[in-house]
Amino acid sequence: MDDLVKQLKRDLENLNKMPELNDVKAKYLGKKGSISALSSKMRELNNEKKKEFGITLNKIKNDANELINLKRCEIERRILEKKLKEETIDITLPGVDIPMGSPSIVEKMVEQIEQILMSMGYDVVDGPEIEKDKYNFEMLNIPKGHPARDAQDTFYIEGNEILLRSQTSPVQIRTMLKGNGQTPIRMICPGKTYRRDDDDATHSHQFMQIEGLLIDKKVSLSDLKGTFDVIAKSIFGEDTETRFRPSYYQFTEPSVEMDIKCHHCKGNGCNICKNTGWITVSGAGIVHPNVLRNCGYDPDKWQGFAFGFGAERLAMIKYNIDDLRVFYTNDLRESKTFDRKEAE
Amino acid sequence: MIDLQWVGDYIDLSDQDLNELAKKITKAGINIEKVISNHIDNLVIGKVIKCKEHPDSDHLHVCTVDVGDEKLQIVCGAPNVKENMKVIVALPKAILPGDFEIKKSKIRGVESNGMLCALFELGLEEKTEENYSKGIEEIDQNAPVGMDALKYLGLDDTLYELDIHKHRNNDCYYHIGFAYEISAILNRKVKLPVDNYKEIKDDVCDEVKLEVKTDKCPYYLAKEVKDVKIGESPEFIKRRLKSYGMRSINNVVDISNYVMLEYGQPLHFFDKEKLGDKIVVRTAKENEKITTLDEEERILTPNDIIITDGKKPIAIAGVMGGLNTDVDENTKSIIVESAIFDSVSVRNTSSRLNLKSESSIRFGKGLSYEYTNKAIDRACHLLEKYASGKVLSNTVKHDKIDKKEKKFTFKTEQINDILGIVLTDDDVKKELEKLDFPYEYKDKLFTVTIPLRRLDIDCNVNDIAEEIGRLYGYNNLNSTLPKLSTRKGEYIGDVKYRKTISKRLRNLGLNECKTYTLISPDMAKMFKYESKENVILPNPMSIDKSVVRTSLIPSLLNVYNYNKSRQVEDVMIYEISKTYDKKYTEESKVTCLMRGNYISSSFEKIVMPVNFYVVKGILCSLLDYLGFKNRYTFERLDNKDMHPGMSASVLLDRKQIGIIGRVHPSIIKDDVYVFEISLNSLMTKTKPIKYKAASKYPQVVKDVSFVVDGTVTNEEIIKVIKKAGGRLLKGARVFDLYRGEGIGIGKKSISYSLTFSSDDRTLSEKEVMELFENIINNVKDKVNAIVRDR
Repeated sequence: MDDLVKQLKRDLENLNKMPELNDVKAKYLGKKGSISALSSKMRELNNEKKKEFGITLNKIKNDANELINLKRCEIERRILEKKLKEETIDITLPGVDIPMGSPSIVEKMVEQIEQILMSMGYDVVDGPEIEKDKYNFEMLNIPKGHPARDAQDTFYIEGNEILLRSQTSPVQIRTMLKGNGQTPIRMICPGKTYRRDDDDATHSHQFMQIEGLLIDKKVSLSDLKGTFDVIAKSIFGEDTETRFRPSYYQFTEPSVEMDIKCHHCKGNGCNICKNTGWITVSGAGIVHPNVLRNCGYDPDKWQGFAFGFGAERLAMIKYNIDDLRVFYTNDLRESKTFDRKEAE
Repeated sequence: MIDLQWVGDYIDLSDQDLNELAKKITKAGINIEKVISNHIDNLVIGKVIKCKEHPDSDHLHVCTVDVGDEKLQIVCGAPNVKENMKVIVALPKAILPGDFEIKKSKIRGVESNGMLCALFELGLEEKTEENYSKGIEEIDQNAPVGMDALKYLGLDDTLYELDIHKHRNNDCYYHIGFAYEISAILNRKVKLPVDNYKEIKDDVCDEVKLEVKTDKCPYYLAKEVKDVKIGESPEFIKRRLKSYGMRSINNVVDISNYVMLEYGQPLHFFDKEKLGDKIVVRTAKENEKITTLDEEERILTPNDIIITDGKKPIAIAGVMGGLNTDVDENTKSIIVESAIFDSVSVRNTSSRLNLKSESSIRFGKGLSYEYTNKAIDRACHLLEKYASGKVLSNTVKHDKIDKKEKKFTFKTEQINDILGIVLTDDDVKKELEKLDFPYEYKDKLFTVTIPLRRLDIDCNVNDIAEEIGRLYGYNNLNSTLPKLSTRKGEYIGDVKYRKTISKRLRNLGLNECKTYTLISPDMAKMFKYESKENVILPNPMSIDKSVVRTSLIPSLLNVYNYNKSRQVEDVMIYEISKTYDKKYTEESKVTCLMRGNYISSSFEKIVMPVNFYVVKGILCSLLDYLGFKNRYTFERLDNKDMHPGMSASVLLDRKQIGIIGRVHPSIIKDDVYVFEISLNSLMTKTKPIKYKAASKYPQVVKDVSFVVDGTVTNEEIIKVIKKAGGRLLKGARVFDLYRGEGIGIGKKSISYSLTFSSDDRTLSEKEVMELFENIINNVKDKVNAIVRDR
């Protein structure tokens, strides 16, 4: 009987196909198989021997089954391996283009500023692009005939009363008027503005301004400096150096210009910073008492600061873009690059 | 341009490094763009001791030149070089204009250790034939050998080129004003120039009568100076005008310019004989004419202020004088005019006539009457001194100027609050003294009087804080944050909607665009699906940007074309922007344009070309996201710019909110799809999200295909199905659409997959079949359908 097992082992040894295995199984364990045949011998034995024989036979059957099953697993594994090998694909081929849209480059810049300032408690508000002269100039301490108007050559629509806003400052005026001289204000108002400039690499008749306004009981120029530092560092990196320079705007007093150290040349001087080592990124100042008064806030009780960025200019500096028109041609080959988060 | 040597007349700068000073001034707010220095190293005065002819040349000389500490052999080609002459010597290592470095060399075999110079070689004179033939510059015999040559000649000026903010334009563009700025920074006093003169007996008021007929001339002074001798100006005036960039004309004309550059007050000199005995200041009559000094005839309007002799115009006030009264070589007597004219009016006249003069620029910025007075005296002083003039007594005067002092009161604490610093009262006193602002101090209160020259300063504490702050140095401020309660900022109003929609559209694969609000009239004519009139700019910069758009579709079509011409095949874009109609009603539009493959892969056959249903899918996804499921519908649209068979109006709560469809092939051949909806219409209330448990009981799905007339819409069939199906019908989905063979011409087959289930039990087969049959029968009846292939 041991010979049978040995023979089975031998039969199984070189076997590698499923039908052959089934044949071998039939040869030993099938109805007419050689192991099954042994059971007929049982009848010839006495009870005592029968029991002993039965135990041995069962063991042989079990062993045989086990051997065959093992072989089956082995064959199955080999078949699967073969199949998997055949299914191998070129994993270097590209994935399917999943449709995902990108923000416009200038909007990406705006969103970054919004995120920083919203985290500092500033609301993001909006206002009309067709404005009254009163809100765009007069209430901002720029009366008719003032030379400051010359610098902002404006698109007038109706006489000298209705215009395309030349700055987003009228939104600040509107917000202050709503505040009624009672409510503190923290807001920014990114939006489109329009000036009579010929479009070229550094000018555009339409551009995005991001202005901010904070009105409260006690606010100083030093607070503006700190706020600017936070913005500059989060946009241009933690190691960004900043500086304040005296400047002049009709609606702020004192007025400053805010510079960052040129991040291209690290302040050594290059084309981008016109060899000064610094790049001006914002104009700002303490809200002029006349403006506060015009909007119903008592300058003896309230104080505030206002600041403004050109969104395109920021993007040009940050992403090293040398032509302002890029933002309005919307070349998808360019804007697609901006469908990703900023580097940490 | 500010000449520092000139400024040195009014404030001591002898100990200053002018480059460092420029930095300090810039830091304090007056931006010095450029420091221009005429100084040249290794340029000294020398004396020619010997002068022999060059052995190998007929025009060169070999000179021995004493330069102080040594004697050098220098070869010189100038015809005028001679022994004992004092000359300018460029020593080896001197760098002359044009980056020309002097080196020891041999000229035709003879050693030469430097160069003897002409002024044009030093950039101090124009290079002309005449100057060239003059040869080298001869210096007077008193000049000390070895001394810096330009310093000796007073030509080693340093100039500052300024870029000043508008408000300091009036007081920092003249030398005395600039001296005050330096005085505040260095804390030194300013000394004004002498302006005394003798007056003769004759009274100017007997000579000329003044009449001012306009309130645009609040201040007018005139004096007469007679017996002037026209000639050359003294050297210092010529040199200073030249360094400013003005040509010297003659002593008299130069004095008017010189005083203007000192005090910022433009003066005008009339020839008294040509003028007559009357000065009338008035506004011009329509079409009145004058020929100005530049010999151009100018046509005037009633907005212009003019000076007349009682009959005809003799000057455009503040802009330019008339040719008929100009000072020429025969002039004997002059009328000196020093006045103030309305700045806005001068600016307008100058820009209308396209005539910008040194004078109009200054009048346009505004002037202080203090210097109107000073300038006329200074001019009389100089005319007496340098043109032998005799000044008549008295002054012709018109004075309606507001003389109210700018005076106000503040506390140190207010300054500190604005700047965020801690100054003491003593600190503030010190700063006010530096600024030369007179003040009184009593009970912790400062009362300050603003000097007249500082036109930019108003009576408020912010102005003083600015002055003190800039001298304190903004770089010395601490960076602090406002001490306020914390809160999180929010997107307010339509911004919030814009952001939400923008985010969703980007997630759906659309790329954001930004285009111009101003478009061409041709663009504005397209896609007028609303009855809106456009705003048209009265004075556009160009016709392409002359209309305020009411639809963004034309702009996005331009973006499509731009990208297509650059081989970008798949264009999925959107823009959200404000539009305005003629009544200035604002409406934000959400506009999408799609063309190409929405999804594609380069080698697998995974492609989803954009068609009407893809664009509709995007729009529905957006509307569903905003919470409008089941509130919007589509109706066939009739618009000349949209494909008549593939376009629809989009309705929300039965009101039109926009359009969707393919752009008409007559506008663009490519199959470009767009939708545009009004963001404002989406700013309405929606229901809150509610949880609904999925049914625990199995659902039964039954399919059916109907053949209907081609004009029957899905919407009509669905309506019937839903009504007949009742609440056990959970869904009805189209899964196939067929037109063509086997179903008859003009017919279509449309197949639905109907889902039945109940929330509280398992439906029996019989129950479902009854319902299913009922639906089929209803559809057959109501839309005249035939059931296909059952």
